[in-house]
Amino acid sequence: MAFSLRKSKYVIYNNLKTRMGLFGITKNRSCWTSSPTHHHSTPIAAPFVQTFRNTCASFRNTGTLFSARRFESIKAGKQVLDFPGGMVAFTSEMSFISESPKERAHCYRVLDDNGQPIIHQNIVNEEVSITMYAHMVTLQIMDTIFYEAQRQGRISFYLTTNGEEAINIASAAALTIDDLIFPQYREPGVLLWRGFTLQEFANQCFGNKADYGKGRQMPIHYGSNKHNYFTISSTIATQLPHAVGAAYSLKMEKKDACVVTYFGDGGSSEGDFHAALNFAAVMEVPVIFICRNNGWAISTPTSDQFRSDGVVVKGKAYGVRSIRVDGNDALAIYNAVHAAREMAISEHRPILIEALAYRVGHHSTSDDSTKYRPANEIEFWRTSRDPVTRFRKWIESNGWWSGEAESELRSSVRKELLHAIQFAEKVEKPSISNIFTDVYDIPPLNLCEQEISLRETIKRYPEDYPPNVPV
Amino acid sequence: MATIIQGIGAAAALSSSNSFDSKRFHLPSRRSLSERKGSFLVVRSDGRVIPGSNPRGRRTDQLITNAVAAKADASAASTASKPGHELLLFEALREGLEEEMERDPRVCVMGEDVGHYGGSYKVTKGLAPKYGDLRVLDTPIAENSFTGMAIGAAMTGLRPIIEGMNMGFLLLAFNQISNNCGMLHYTSGGQFTIPVVIRGPGGVGRQLGAEHSQRLESYFQSIPGIQMVACSTPYNAKGLMKAAIRSENPVILFEHVLLYNLKERIPDEEYVLSLEEAEMVRPGEHITILTYSRMRYHVMQAAKTLVNKGYDPEVIDIRSLKPFDLYTIGNSVKKTHRVLIVEECMRTGGIGASLTAAISENFHDYLDAPIVCLSSQDVPTPYAGTLEEWTVVQPAQIVAAVEQLCQ
Repeated sequence: MAFSLRKSKYVIYNNLKTRMGLFGITKNRSCWTSSPTHHHSTPIAAPFVQTFRNTCASFRNTGTLFSARRFESIKAGKQVLDFPGGMVAFTSEMSFISESPKERAHCYRVLDDNGQPIIHQNIVNEEVSITMYAHMVTLQIMDTIFYEAQRQGRISFYLTTNGEEAINIASAAALTIDDLIFPQYREPGVLLWRGFTLQEFANQCFGNKADYGKGRQMPIHYGSNKHNYFTISSTIATQLPHAVGAAYSLKMEKKDACVVTYFGDGGSSEGDFHAALNFAAVMEVPVIFICRNNGWAISTPTSDQFRSDGVVVKGKAYGVRSIRVDGNDALAIYNAVHAAREMAISEHRPILIEALAYRVGHHSTSDDSTKYRPANEIEFWRTSRDPVTRFRKWIESNGWWSGEAESELRSSVRKELLHAIQFAEKVEKPSISNIFTDVYDIPPLNLCEQEISLRETIKRYPEDYPPNVPV
Repeated sequence: MATIIQGIGAAAALSSSNSFDSKRFHLPSRRSLSERKGSFLVVRSDGRVIPGSNPRGRRTDQLITNAVAAKADASAASTASKPGHELLLFEALREGLEEEMERDPRVCVMGEDVGHYGGSYKVTKGLAPKYGDLRVLDTPIAENSFTGMAIGAAMTGLRPIIEGMNMGFLLLAFNQISNNCGMLHYTSGGQFTIPVVIRGPGGVGRQLGAEHSQRLESYFQSIPGIQMVACSTPYNAKGLMKAAIRSENPVILFEHVLLYNLKERIPDEEYVLSLEEAEMVRPGEHITILTYSRMRYHVMQAAKTLVNKGYDPEVIDIRSLKPFDLYTIGNSVKKTHRVLIVEECMRTGGIGASLTAAISENFHDYLDAPIVCLSSQDVPTPYAGTLEEWTVVQPAQIVAAVEQLCQ
C-alpha cells in the first residue's frame, strides 16, 4: 500500500489501480445511495482524489484497502468518506468507543417508592387506574393459587409473574384490542386484561375439553386468537421474528394497530432477538419490543448473560428507538407503552422498551431459586419493591381505593378462582381424536392409520386406559 | 376453494387429439383431495367428470390408459397449432408464483436477494418491480429469523413464500420450522394457521461444494405438521407451486439446482396439481422404480437402456415426499412385485429409507424380492466434478440393480 505522495494525480490513479487492483474510480455516485431512509447530503461533483497526503494517514488508521475507491475531501480540513452506508467523518485521533458508558442509561419512572408522582403531570384517570389495580391484584392471586394447586399435584406445572404485575397489566392497558400480542410466557396479565376469564385460564392449566389449545400444550401456554394473543411456544425468543412478521403484515394491510412482543433478559441473548430487531428496523414495521429485564434467566444473573448496559443499549445498535423504564412503576410503563404505540404506528418504526424489574418468584414450579440467590434478597424485593403495593399507595392517596375495597376484591377473586379450579378439574379431558387433528388441515393417510391402531389397542386393553379421558 | 384439476391424459380424452406432447400422466383425485372443503371437479383419466367424489370406494381405478409409453410421434398429429407454451422450469415456477400473487393479494415472497436481484436462480425475477418491495421482500441474512417472520405473518393472515437461497441454509431455520411452523397450528388448538411455503434449490450437481449440496428432505421428513413435495418438470413445478401456495398447511417445496433450465411445453390454462400424489412417468410390468427430483432423469435414461435389454420398468416420480402416495405406489407394487428406489438422499435416514420401511410394512406380501434402495453415499459432497458425479446414483448402477432384481 505504500506509494509516493509526490506523484501526479494521474500517476497516482494508475498506481492505485495496479497496486490495489481496483475497478477504477468511478464518477457516478448514484449507485452508492442506500435505502431511501438514509439521509444523504447532495452528491459531490468532483469524484477524484485530491489530496493523498492526509488520506495516507487515514489508510494506516483505518487499514482499508478500498477507501481509495471513493474518495473526496469536502471542506477544507474536514475529511469525509462515503463508504457504503453513508458518510463518515475521519479523525486522526485513535480512540476506541468504550465498552461501557460512564453512566448507565437513565430509567424513566413516574411514581416514587411511596407511590407519589415525582413531577406533576397528567396521569391516568380513576377508572383506568382502578381497573389496572384490580387486574394486578387478580394476577397476584391467580399466581398464588395456581402455584399452590401445582404443589398439591392438581396441575403439572406453573409459572408465576411475581414482581412483574405492573409490566403485564400496565402495558396491556396502554394498548388496544387490535394490537397483536406475541408473548414469551410470563405475560398472562396481558391476556387477563383483554378479557380472558379465570375459568379459561384454569381450563388451559388443566388441559380439559374447554381449553382452546385442546389439551395439547403445557399449563400457562395460553393462546387465544379472539383476544389477539398468540399461542405461547416454549422456545425462547422465537416469537420475536414472528412479531416482526406480523407487523409486516399489518404494514402491508395499513392497519391502525401495532404488534407488541415480550421477552426476558435471557431471551435477548438468542439469535432471534438480534435478527428481529434488525429486521424490524430495516423494514420499518410497527412493533414494540418489551424486554422484562428481571435480573435472572433461571439461575443465570444478567452479569453472566451480557456485559452491555442492559438491553436498552442494544436498540441503538440496530437503529431502534429505545427507552428504559422502571418495571415496578405501573404508570411509567403505561406512559412509555402508550407513547411507543403512537410512534410505532404513525412513524412505522420499531420501539424497544426495557422494563427493569425483579423476578420475585422462582423461574417456575420446577425451580427453587433459593439455591442460587439469597432468600433475604428475594424477600426484600417481594415486600419493599412490590409494584402492586406501590400502585395501591397511589390510588389510595387519591382517595380512589380503601382497605375494604381491597379485602373485598381479594376475597372475591380468590373465591372465583377456587371455584374455577374446582370446575376445571371436573371437566373431562379432550378426546383421543385430538391427538391427530390439527396436525394438518385434514389428517393424511398415515395419521388415520395411526389413530386406528391406537383405538384398537385401547379396545383390546381397556384396563390400561385412563378412565377420565374420553375416547 | 374450487379448483379444477386436470390430468394431461384426462384433457386428452376430453379433446379429440393428443394435444400435449409431454409424456406424463398423473392420476387425478385421491381421498385427501375430495375430503377438502369446497367443491371440486375431478376429471378422471377416461374423461368422466365427478363432482367431489370420494374415491375411497373406487377400487377399479384405471391406472394408465395410453399416454405414457407412447413416444412423441403420437402427438405429431396435431402439430399445426400446438397449444400451451414452452418455458424453462424456473420460469414455470415464476409463472405459478406470479399467478398466485395476482390472484391473492395476501401472497408475498421473502428471502435473500429475491427482490430486484430476482433470486439466485431468477425464480422471482420481475416480481419486485411489479408487486413492490413490500410484497417481494429482501431480507437480511438471518434464515431462522425471516422464517420466523414468515410464520408470524402467516398467523396474521398473509401467505408468505420463503425462499432459501440454497436449501442448505434452511438448516439455520430448523428451529422455526420444527418448533413453530409444524407445531403452532396444533398447539394453539387450531386457532392459528400457518400457510407458508418454504422453497429453494437443493441437491447435488453444480459443484457447489459440500455445504451447498445438501438434501434437506431427509432432515425435515420427521417434522410433524409439514408437507414436503419435490418438483421435477416445468409442468409439475408450476402445479405444485400453486398447490403449495393454496394449501393451508406449511409446505416445503424442494427444487433441484440442475433442473432449473429444463424446457417443456405446458398448458396455457390454469391448473393446480395435488400435493399428495405421485406421478406415473412410465408404466411397465417388471419392476417399480420409485424416484423423485433429478434422479427421475437418471432413471429414465436407464429405462431406455433397460427397454433395449428387454425389461419393462414402471417409473413413478413420487413427488410427494411427506406423506408418501402409498396408493399409487401400492398399486404399482401389487402389479410388478419388485421395487427399486433411486434417490439422491444419503443412505442413512433418507427418504429412501423411510419409503423402504413404509412399503415393507404395507405391501410385504406382494414383494417377490427385497426392496433395493440406491442412494448417495454417506459422505459430504466433494467439490471436484468427477467425484461429485459419483456420489450420486448413475444410470449404469440403476441398470445393474434392475438386472439383479429381475433375475
